[in-house]
Amino acid sequence: MSNVGIVIVSHSPLVAEGTADMVRQMVGDEVPLAWCGGNGHGGLGTSVEAIMAAIEKAWSEAGVAILVDLGGAETNSEMAVEMIGEPRAQKIVVCNAPIVEGAVMAATEASGGASLKEVVATAHELSPS
Amino acid sequence: MAALDLARLIKAAADTVAAHAEELTALDQAIGDGDHGLNMKRGFEAVRADADAFSVKPLPEALKAIGTKLVMTVGGASGPLFGTLFMALGKEIPADPDRASLTAAFGKAIEAVAARGKSQVGQKTMLDVLQPVHDALAGGKTAAEIADIADAAAEATVPMKALRGRASFLGERSIGHMDAGARSTALLVRTVGQNIGAAA
Repeated sequence: MSNVGIVIVSHSPLVAEGTADMVRQMVGDEVPLAWCGGNGHGGLGTSVEAIMAAIEKAWSEAGVAILVDLGGAETNSEMAVEMIGEPRAQKIVVCNAPIVEGAVMAATEASGGASLKEVVATAHELSPS
Repeated sequence: MAALDLARLIKAAADTVAAHAEELTALDQAIGDGDHGLNMKRGFEAVRADADAFSVKPLPEALKAIGTKLVMTVGGASGPLFGTLFMALGKEIPADPDRASLTAAFGKAIEAVAARGKSQVGQKTMLDVLQPVHDALAGGKTAAEIADIADAAAEATVPMKALRGRASFLGERSIGHMDAGARSTALLVRTVGQNIGAAA
């Protein structure tokens, strides 16, 4: 798919899956989408391995925008991007935006064929500067 | 440091983390999410399981591989932070380091951890132990002295107010508790010192 992909990373698998469900219902299937949540051992948290797998699943040559919740999700997402490495890493952006609103708005923008830069800018507009 | 027995060091580090897992979890329960001990134990047991494979690699490659293993197995925010420490150390250190090249590489690794956590010294994190340890290394202190400095540095996080990590949500209430990452860092510094002390 040529549209920008969206990855949702929450400490809670329920939040991540629910957010992905909102994106699917409100935006549709035109956007590559993947989510991950939980520490991989049944508790709250995020896993670099799971984030890397989600990026692979939502991968698009147009790039991938990642939406995260709390601090550790951001740290782990940045680590995952670094471990995926260049040249793909430069096409992956961890957005500074609220996870639910950011995911829906970014996916809406992406579904229209917008560039990664435009998708990320739309998500960032939701954050107070 | 030709005498470094990496397999023995890995086993000693995993033993230390396992022996203190409950203590680390208790510290983390006070101001974090209470998983630090368990997470660190899981990560270092995974490193222990591959100790023989790591120890046949040249030191820089071994450190990078250990860092990657920690990133993948520790979980939480500690995985990328401790993983980055080892990965950056591996990237900077020569195959047969002396005190000067170890100190320089350690300094670069601390910068990488600070960048990963978007943090700096004084914010009640592992950096508050790493930096004094670096300074003691640079100042020619012995391994035993450095271990004591690390313990004191971890203790010194008690009155600090957390500005990064989950503890920062507590604001003033984070004051009065030791940072769990600072404590685990000090434990590892002592273990490393006991195992490379003679060689360094």
